[in-house]
Amino acid sequence: MIDMLTQLEPLWLMVPELIRDVLVIVLKIVVVMVPLILGVAYFTYAERRIIGFIQNRLGPNRVGFHGLLQPFADLFKMLFKEVVVPSSSNRFLFVIAPLISLIPALAVWAVVPLNDEFVIADIDAGLLYVLALTSLGVYGVILAGWASNSKYAFLGAMRSAAQIVAYEIAMGFALVGVLMASGSLNLGQIVLAQSGTGIFSWFWLPLFPLMIVYFIAGVAETNRAPFDVAEGESEIVAGFHVEYSGIGFGLFFLAEYANMILITALTSVFFFGGWLSPFAGVPGLADTWIAAPSVGWLGLKMAFFSFCFLWFRATFPRYRYDQIMRLGWKVFIPVTIVWIAVEGVMAALGIGPWSAAA
Amino acid sequence: MIPTILFYAFAAVLLVAAIGVITSRNPVYSALYLVFAFVQSAVLWLLIEAEFLAITLVLVYVGAVMVLFLFVVMMLDINVEQLRQGFTKYLPLGVVVALVVVIEIANVVWFRSEGRAFVTPDPYPAGYSNTKELGSVLYTDHVYAFEIAAVLLLLAIVAAITLTMRRRPGLKQQDIAKQVAVSAKDRVRIVKVESAKE
Repeated sequence: MIDMLTQLEPLWLMVPELIRDVLVIVLKIVVVMVPLILGVAYFTYAERRIIGFIQNRLGPNRVGFHGLLQPFADLFKMLFKEVVVPSSSNRFLFVIAPLISLIPALAVWAVVPLNDEFVIADIDAGLLYVLALTSLGVYGVILAGWASNSKYAFLGAMRSAAQIVAYEIAMGFALVGVLMASGSLNLGQIVLAQSGTGIFSWFWLPLFPLMIVYFIAGVAETNRAPFDVAEGESEIVAGFHVEYSGIGFGLFFLAEYANMILITALTSVFFFGGWLSPFAGVPGLADTWIAAPSVGWLGLKMAFFSFCFLWFRATFPRYRYDQIMRLGWKVFIPVTIVWIAVEGVMAALGIGPWSAAA
Repeated sequence: MIPTILFYAFAAVLLVAAIGVITSRNPVYSALYLVFAFVQSAVLWLLIEAEFLAITLVLVYVGAVMVLFLFVVMMLDINVEQLRQGFTKYLPLGVVVALVVVIEIANVVWFRSEGRAFVTPDPYPAGYSNTKELGSVLYTDHVYAFEIAAVLLLLAIVAAITLTMRRRPGLKQQDIAKQVAVSAKDRVRIVKVESAKE
């Protein structure tokens, strides 16, 4: 095997450098995207099973062993269904809206570091890039609502727009705290700034209020229960995607779950040390694999937060719209502003984990 | 070579989008063209390695301002006929304004840069961070101007909120603090149910 690879090297070097670079980047993207899409597929399955158990029923368990093939059955069903474009809707925007909500959710993965070395684009302004792209996803919802030419869809779009604008500010402020603590906008640097004595050197402890605000704002930003008023099936049928059928609906579905996985990854990176091991500083484990940083830890953290998403959905009743607005504007934003001030004072006095870095 | 091609490609799309803003009949299309134009100009900034400005343009204008713009435009019921009525009356004024803008642009492009060739700036050395440089200039040399701008923006926010605050007498409102403070034991009854078995 190794022999064969060394024989292939001259062949590889014969390829022009530009094409070689492009090939490497494409391969990296595939390496990130394939597990991500599979993760999305099994996230939908996990959601139905876990919520089933929480609600004292079984969930899908018929297709394949314990229902493990259910996501593929759903996918094929959606692929073969007719895509109905409503009459007097805006055809171009109607078709492009699901893509607009999906693409930013996938594009953010370009700057998410999976371990010390592997990141598709190691850019300096990574955190800003994350904020900018996550703020684009709302266009998919708004355009879907408007282009459908339906009152229900339009109401869903309006609710979603107001909600996302409200929570994005709190989210941005929470990230200001992270970048004050780490002194960098690069996601890899942010993770490295949390390395040290395992679980207690991560930012969740000194930035506890910001962590809570970020995660809840993330739930709101992805339009998940208990903040899913954009869909609100008891009030506005299915909200912005009421007119979508077949794979158009499937793409919205995919985008929602991709966004959720993204939020879990970002929460792990910003507040829970990304790929770092929680047992790094524990005596006796120092040189074992348990204390070694690896992509597996990132996966475990993401799995935990994904479970939290499902747990929230099964546990909390949907917020009323004015309560959502109150929580976003009158609770979260003041909390983040106060904590940024606290952090500034702590940094000036040299208290806290970030004082050593500065 | 490739950056030059990219520049002309994105600049061309930017111009098309900008023309789309003023020629579309549907205001929603205009707003969307404006979004498109913002994204294209962000790419142009990226090409000259001003990544902070580029990303902030997308974040602030595309991600927040234009969302609210669309929000309003979608709900407006605009009568195009009524808007067109004054068109010929205001045409001379419009032409004058357009001419002034054209002269200003010409002044910058042709006369002030006379004798100087338009050259592509040298690429910055590796490790140069546009974000860091901008930050260190803003918070040292221009810190007072920066703070004044921040206070002005805050003032604008307070003013905008004050304008929309109307306290009408006799209005029935919910006391949300009271609703939030309701305790769970008044509302929820915990029931133990045996779990499902496969």
